[in-house]
Amino acid sequence: MFNAISSNSFFIAQIGIAAVVWFLLQISAAVMVYFERKVCAWLQQRVGPNRVGKAGVLQPIADVVKLLFKEELRPAAADPLLFALAPIISATAAFAAFAVVPFGGYTTLLGLLTEPLPLHVADVNVAVLVVFAITSMGVYGIVLAGWSSNSKYSLLGGLRSSAQMISYELSYGMALAAVLLLGNSMSLRDIVNVQGGDLNVFGLFSIPHFRWFLFFNPLGFLIFFTAGVAETNRAPFDFPEAEQELVAGYHTEYSSMSFGMFFLAEYINMVTVSAVAVDLFLGGWFFPGIPESLGWLVFLVKISVLLFFYLWMRWSLPRYRYDQLMAFGWKVMLPASVLNVIATAAAVLYFGL
Amino acid sequence: MLFYLFGAVAVIASLLVIAQRNPVYSVLLLITSFGALSGLYVLLDAPFAASIQIIVYAGAIMVLFLFVVMLLNAPHEDTDFDERTHPMLRPGPMRFGALLAVALIAELAWALARSSPLTTFTNTPVTSIQALGRTLFTDYAFQFEVTSVLILVAMVGAVVMARREDAPGGKR
Amino acid sequence: MPSLNDYLILSAVLFTIGTAGVFVRRNLITILLSVEIMLNAVNLTFVAFGRAFGTVDGQIIVFFVMTVAAAEAAVGLAIVIALFRHRESLNPDAFTALKW
Repeated sequence: MFNAISSNSFFIAQIGIAAVVWFLLQISAAVMVYFERKVCAWLQQRVGPNRVGKAGVLQPIADVVKLLFKEELRPAAADPLLFALAPIISATAAFAAFAVVPFGGYTTLLGLLTEPLPLHVADVNVAVLVVFAITSMGVYGIVLAGWSSNSKYSLLGGLRSSAQMISYELSYGMALAAVLLLGNSMSLRDIVNVQGGDLNVFGLFSIPHFRWFLFFNPLGFLIFFTAGVAETNRAPFDFPEAEQELVAGYHTEYSSMSFGMFFLAEYINMVTVSAVAVDLFLGGWFFPGIPESLGWLVFLVKISVLLFFYLWMRWSLPRYRYDQLMAFGWKVMLPASVLNVIATAAAVLYFGL
Repeated sequence: MLFYLFGAVAVIASLLVIAQRNPVYSVLLLITSFGALSGLYVLLDAPFAASIQIIVYAGAIMVLFLFVVMLLNAPHEDTDFDERTHPMLRPGPMRFGALLAVALIAELAWALARSSPLTTFTNTPVTSIQALGRTLFTDYAFQFEVTSVLILVAMVGAVVMARREDAPGGKR
Repeated sequence: MPSLNDYLILSAVLFTIGTAGVFVRRNLITILLSVEIMLNAVNLTFVAFGRAFGTVDGQIIVFFVMTVAAAEAAVGLAIVIALFRHRESLNPDAFTALKW
């Protein structure tokens, strides 16, 4: 029966993959909610949520239920259309950016399908640019949220947050450019396949599937990841939404599910940045010794490592002040990323990588 | 079919841009129009142009417009300034301007109708980014460098012109 | 499959809408937005012709047009800010006197 379905409809396979990705992203947001509080607790030598369900694993469900039961408020002077539109734009951009990210090799679903199914929603040959473009669209959700709430704190928070995001997009893009020099293609799947090659360690021995760009461009990885943290407005770059400084920044006036959508968008953005970083620098779904059909599991593990770094940074580092943040972005990260591109280009020419 | 969909979205969004009172809505509708144009570029086998349309136009230039509109708290038109103005500055010239626009579209429609209906696209498209990059950096290298100087000049000019003259720093 | 003519007609319509916006609107920012519409219509023409001739030059010229549009939007908005700061109005008719 499965053969009959799969052999004549590429369409059903596409819908299936899209549904699986959507579902997994939602679940990952819930898992992130739980682990954020658990990791925070462990770093602060406490236990964290452990009441709801065994060891607190049902905590995200409790959070969602709480959010849904809150009253949906709208300030009287707020612009109704924009007020409703802003969280939609944020959440949509967050989910859409994952559409071109490949998360595994080819799978035949344990032999059920007649031909192998590639594990991505869409394979475009300019995938890097598409991810960048959709991330740029996410800025609008924040700007409109700040403006439409018609309140001083929200407007300031929204404008600061979006100025921060567009400043760090430059370093983000330049780090991407360095990877393009190494990977020779703008398609994420091709870049990962290049990283599946063998790493020749100083000509002595070679490790299979280990040709990760992390080893060829470590500064690029650092710049990309830092810019990604700044893009998603996470600590230590979360001044615009800091509770202590600006009430809650651009989502001050939001409650119930609209706030839930901003919350969701932030976590999905984190997952997307981690996924793109894994694809570009950490070898995607390749690991020495593990067959490619289990690649999606390797991918999940790598994303989890990066997300753990996100949580670790949030709960151990102090927050940057806004002018320090912008100075860092323009005066340190941008020159570093430009130098990184130049150095990578020189290395590619000299070593013939 | 997708061409008609994207084309209709682009035209309707642009019409609404020039018909809206609220400048924030105008900017958002223009972003929708840019999105539709990006879709048209994808239909024309130009994925690079589509991506940079979203990144540069809809993602950066429109954010700049939105910042300015929000920070100036741009007032709507037809303020009481308009009531007090000289009759020459009242809606009469506006309607004359609209008449000129209609004349322009009539001319363009006439010119396009006279030409022979060009056939469908027959040449094979060049979609590889490598080819685009190669041409950009060899045939158009001088223009590329000049563009970087242009952006520098624009940046300096914008900073100088939007500076406050009476701030405590004064004219530096 | 739409022909080149269809793309040119669409581009002409967009260009005219932009021109009408520049003539009719009395708000400086909307005038700048209409100029952006015109530039985009021209971009569409370039890409359509680039596709029709099978070259990549259309996309390259679009690249340059976008850069110039970005520079012009930045400088234009800086001028608008300076004007607004002086006269507290975004109506171009407020700036008809040759006196600053």
